Amino acid sequence: MTGLQAWLADFGNEFYKSFIKDDRYKLLTSGIGVTIKVSLLAIVIGILIGMLIALCNLSKRKLPKVIGGVYTDIIRGTPSVTQLMIIYFVVFGSWLSMVNLDKWIVAAIAFGINSGAYVSEIIRAGILSVDHGQTEAGRSLGLSAFQTMTRIVIPQAVKNIFPALCNEFIVLIKETAIVGYVGLMDIQKAGDFIKSATFQPFMPLVGTAIIYYVLIKILTLALRQVEKSLRKSDVR
Amino acid sequence: MIKVKNLHKKFGDLTVLDGIDEHIEQGEVVVVIGPSGSGKSTFLRCLNLLETATDGEIYVDDRQINAPKVNVNEVRQKMGMVFQQFNLFPHLTIMDNITLAPVLLKKMTKEEAVRKGQELLERVNLAEKADAYPAQLSGGQKQRVAIARALAMNPEIMLFDEPTSALDPEMVGEVLDVMKDLAKSGMTMVIVTHEMGFAREVASRVLFIDQGKVMESGTPDEVFNNPQNERTKLFLSKVL
Repeated sequence: MTGLQAWLADFGNEFYKSFIKDDRYKLLTSGIGVTIKVSLLAIVIGILIGMLIALCNLSKRKLPKVIGGVYTDIIRGTPSVTQLMIIYFVVFGSWLSMVNLDKWIVAAIAFGINSGAYVSEIIRAGILSVDHGQTEAGRSLGLSAFQTMTRIVIPQAVKNIFPALCNEFIVLIKETAIVGYVGLMDIQKAGDFIKSATFQPFMPLVGTAIIYYVLIKILTLALRQVEKSLRKSDVR
Repeated sequence: MIKVKNLHKKFGDLTVLDGIDEHIEQGEVVVVIGPSGSGKSTFLRCLNLLETATDGEIYVDDRQINAPKVNVNEVRQKMGMVFQQFNLFPHLTIMDNITLAPVLLKKMTKEEAVRKGQELLERVNLAEKADAYPAQLSGGQKQRVAIARALAMNPEIMLFDEPTSALDPEMVGEVLDVMKDLAKSGMTMVIVTHEMGFAREVASRVLFIDQGKVMESGTPDEVFNNPQNERTKLFLSKVL
C-alpha cells in the first residue's frame, strides 16, 4: 500500500468511527437543532431588551438612564459563561425553581439578556446617527414624538445599524457554544462527546468547526440579501 | 392671526430674542431679514414651538399656544414649515413623504391623500417624481417637494426658514416661483430669507431683526428705499 492509500484508509476509518458508527452523526444533527433554537430565541429576546435599554439610555429622565447604564455595565463587565450559569443555576435553579422551563429556553433567556446589552448600544448609536432635522420635520408636520420615532427615525436607524446587528447575531451564535455548561447538547457539546467516545479529536472537532462555519455562512448570505433590499432608497 | 407679545429666548446666557412684539394678519406675506445670528430663524422656530420661548406669549387665532397643556401637535398641524436643509424623509418615496402625515394623523384616507399629493406635485411641477426617492432629486426639486409636503396638511400658515440658502444658485428661482404662487393664492406666510429681490417683490411687509429685536418693520418700499434705522441702513448697504 502506498502512503496515500494508507492515509485514505485511515481517514475513512476515523470518519466512520466518529460519525457513522452508533449513529453518532445524529448527536450532531440534533445539536444543530439546539444551537439554532437557542440562537433564534436569544436574538429575539436580545433585540427586545436592546430596544428597551436603548430607549432608557436615550431618555432625558434620570431613573431610566441609571437603569440602562447599570445593565450595560454589568453585562459587559462579566463573562457570558458566568451569566449563563447564574441564570441557569441561581435564577431559574433556585429563585424561580417553581417556573418549569425547558433548558434551552432558559439558555436562550441568558443569551438574550447578554446580547441585549450589546444590541442596545448598537441601537442607541443608530438612533443618534439619524439627523435631528428628520425629527424636526416630523414634529413640524404635527406628528407626535412617538410617531416621529417609529415612522421616521427608527426605519432610518435600522438601515444604519443593520450591518452591526448582523455582526452581533453571528457573535451570538458562536457564543452559544458554551451551553454545554448547563447540560445542553448543542453542536459543540456533541463534537466534544464524540471526541471522548472515540479518543480521536480531529474528526469531531474539525467537523464541529465546519458545521458552525456553514451555518454562519448561510446566515451571512441571507442577511446580505436583506441589507440589499433595505438600501433600495439609496439609489441615485 | 399670529400675535407675539414680548417674546424672549435665551440659550444659556446668550439672549437670542430680546422682546419681540409682532402682529401678523391673515394673508400677509412677512419676510424677515437680518444679519446671521440676529435671531430671525429662532423667531420663526418659536412660532411653531420647535423652540420654547423663555418668556412672552404667542397667540394663534387668539389662542395662546405656548401655554402648558396646549396640544403642540395640533398647533403644528396648522403651520407648515419648510427647512433650509429640506429634511425630506430619505427612506420614503416622494408620494409617501407627502401623504405620511395626513394619513397617519387621520386627516385623509390614503386615496384622498394620494389625490391631494398628485395635485400638489403638479402644482410644484414634479408630478413625474411621485415614485422617486429624495436621493434622486436635485436640491431645488427636494425643496419643492418639502413645500408640497407641508401643504398636504392644509396649513393656515406657512413658515419658511431660509428655504433657498442651501441651494445652488440656478435652483433658487424654481423654489421662489413656487413660493410666489403660494403668496398669490392668499396663504399667510412668514419667510426668513436672504433673497432681497424676492422680499421686495412678494412681501407685504418686511421685518428687519437684529440683536434679537425688530429694528424696523414696513412695506418693502419703506424698508428698502427709505430705511429709518441706522442698523437697517448698514445691513442693506452690505447686501444690496
